[in-house]
Amino acid sequence: MTTSIVCLIERLKMKIAIASGKGGTGKTTVATNLAKYLSENRKVVLVDLDVEEPNSGLFLNGSLMNQKEMFKKIPNWESENCTLCGKCQSVCNFNAIMKLGENIMVFPELCHSCYACSELCPTQSLPMIPMKMGMLTEYKVEQLGFVGSKLDIGQEQAVPLIAQTLDYVDEMYSDDYLKLYDAPPGTSCPVIEATKDADFIFLVTEPTPFGLHDMKLAVETMRELKKPMAVIINRYGIGDAEVEAYCKVEGIDIIANFPNQRYIAELYSQGKLIYPHVPEFKAELLKAADYCKHLVKEN
Amino acid sequence: MKEIVIISGKGGTGKTSLTASFAMLAGQTAVIADCDVDAADMHLLLKPERIFEEDFYSGVAAVIDQDKCIQCGKCQEICRFNAIDNSTGQYLVSNLNCEGCGYCGHICPVGAIEMIEQNVGKCYISKTKADNKMVHAGLKIGADNSGKLVAKVKHEAKASAEKDGKEYIIVDGSPGIGCPVVSSLSGADFVVFVTEPTVSGIHDLERVYQLVKKFQIPSGCIINKADLNEKVSKDIEKFLADNEIIHLTNLPYDESFTTAMTKGQTIVEDKTSPITASIEQCWQDLKIILEK
Repeated sequence: MTTSIVCLIERLKMKIAIASGKGGTGKTTVATNLAKYLSENRKVVLVDLDVEEPNSGLFLNGSLMNQKEMFKKIPNWESENCTLCGKCQSVCNFNAIMKLGENIMVFPELCHSCYACSELCPTQSLPMIPMKMGMLTEYKVEQLGFVGSKLDIGQEQAVPLIAQTLDYVDEMYSDDYLKLYDAPPGTSCPVIEATKDADFIFLVTEPTPFGLHDMKLAVETMRELKKPMAVIINRYGIGDAEVEAYCKVEGIDIIANFPNQRYIAELYSQGKLIYPHVPEFKAELLKAADYCKHLVKEN
Repeated sequence: MKEIVIISGKGGTGKTSLTASFAMLAGQTAVIADCDVDAADMHLLLKPERIFEEDFYSGVAAVIDQDKCIQCGKCQEICRFNAIDNSTGQYLVSNLNCEGCGYCGHICPVGAIEMIEQNVGKCYISKTKADNKMVHAGLKIGADNSGKLVAKVKHEAKASAEKDGKEYIIVDGSPGIGCPVVSSLSGADFVVFVTEPTVSGIHDLERVYQLVKKFQIPSGCIINKADLNEKVSKDIEKFLADNEIIHLTNLPYDESFTTAMTKGQTIVEDKTSPITASIEQCWQDLKIILEK
C-alpha cells in the first residue's frame, strides 16, 4: 500500500473523482457501472461534473427527483445615478463591461462574477443579478443517487456550474454517502474544479500512445493538487504495454483492467450498463469496487 | 485560403486520428494547428521537429507583498474564489483558485497586492513528417485554458499559411462546448464533426452543433465506427439531413486505427487498408466542398 493511501485513513468523508486526461477513454463507463454496482450494497451518489458534455445520465434510467435552473451573478446597469465615470470598465480584467458613449454595456458570457465592478461602483449603479447558465437534474436510480448539471449552449465557463453542483451535493447528501464524481476531460480549470475537493482520484486510460500521453499529464495535474490516485485501464488488450510500465515506474496502483471487446462497445452505444451482461467486465469491476471499499473502510 | 476545424463534442471518437490523416494527405498544401491544447496528441502521429518555440503569457494572478501587508483581511473578504488563505498567519494567494480578476488589488488599502502575468504554456512551430508546418502548444498543468492559447495557435497558423501561400489550415479542435472550443471555431470556413453512433456520441454532436450554428459556419460530418450501432447511425444521418450538415462518410469500427497509432502512424500510411481509400475520398470531397 502506498503512503498516499495511508494518509487517507485520517480523513472522514470519501469523495472519489473519476478523471482522465484524454476524452473518450471510458470515464463515464467506469463511473456509471461502478456507482450502480456499489449502490446495491451501500449509499452512493454519482455526480456528473462534465457539464459541457454530460453523458452519465444517458446510461442510468431513474425517476426524476429534482430539476433546478442554475444561475451565475452578473452586473446589471441602472442608469439613473450613474455618472459614467468608467471605473467599472477600468477594474474589469475580462473585458466584460464597457462604457460606450452614454451607455454601460455588459457582456455576460465574459463575466467571471468577481463583483469588482458592482462593489467598486461609486454610485451603486451595477447591482448583481442572476443569469441562467445551466440546469441541474437529480435522479434516483433504484438505490443510487444521481446528480448532473448541463451547461447552456453559448455559456463558455464550466467552472461556476461545477462549483455550484458540488455545493448542491454537499448540502443534499450526508457524509455517509460515498460520492463519485464523473470529472471533465483535460487538465485545465474545469478538471481542477471537479477534483480539488476529492479525497482520491481514479484515472481512466486506454493502453495506447494517446492514452499514455494524456494520462501522464493527468498524473502531473493530480500531483500538483496533492491527490492520491490509482489507474484503471479500459480497452485492455488493445495497443501496447506502455501504460503498465509507466505506472510501475511511478508507483501508481492499477486497480482494474476492463477488457477490449466489441460487444462492450455495442452495449455502450445502446446506453446500457456493461456489468450485468459481460462477466469478464464484472470481474474487473469487482476489483475496483473492492478497492473503493478498502479506501472507505480505512477511513 | 480555407480553414477547416475538426471537432467532436465527445472525446475518443477518432477526431485526432482523422485530423492527422488529413494532414498527411494535404502535405505541403496545408498548415496544421493543434488546438486541443489540454490534451494535444497529434504530435504523436505527425512527429513534428520544432523550428520555433515561445513562452505564452495570459491572464494575471494576485501576489501579496508580505512586507506591505497590514493583515486587514479585506482581500480575503471580497474574494469570490476563495483564493486567499490566512491559515498560516500570512495572507497568501492560491494560484489554482485565483481567477485573476484583480478585485483584491483594488481593495487593498496599502497597495500590497500586485497582479502578475502568468506563463501558461508554450507555443511551437514545427515541421511534420508530412512536410507541412504545424503550430501546437503545451498548456502548463492546471493553467487557465481561457481559449487565449488556442487563439494564439490559430493566429500563428494563419500567419504561417498566409506567408507561405498555403491553401488550407487544418485545425484539431478541443472537446466540449466551452471557451477553448469557441476559440477554435472563430474564423473557421468549415467545420468537420467526427462522431460515433453511441447514445453519448449523438447527444454531444447535437450540443456542439448548436454552438456551431450560432457561428453560422457550414459543416460536414464523419460517422466513425458507423457499424457499431446501425440504429443510432441512422438517427445521426437523419439529424444531419434535418440540419443541412453534409454527411461526408461512414467509417467502420476497426482496431487498425489503434494499431497504426501504436506504431506512431496515421491510418492513411497503411495503403492496403480499405479505410485509407475512404479517408482519401473524404479529403477529395472536402476540397471540392471548400471550393464552392
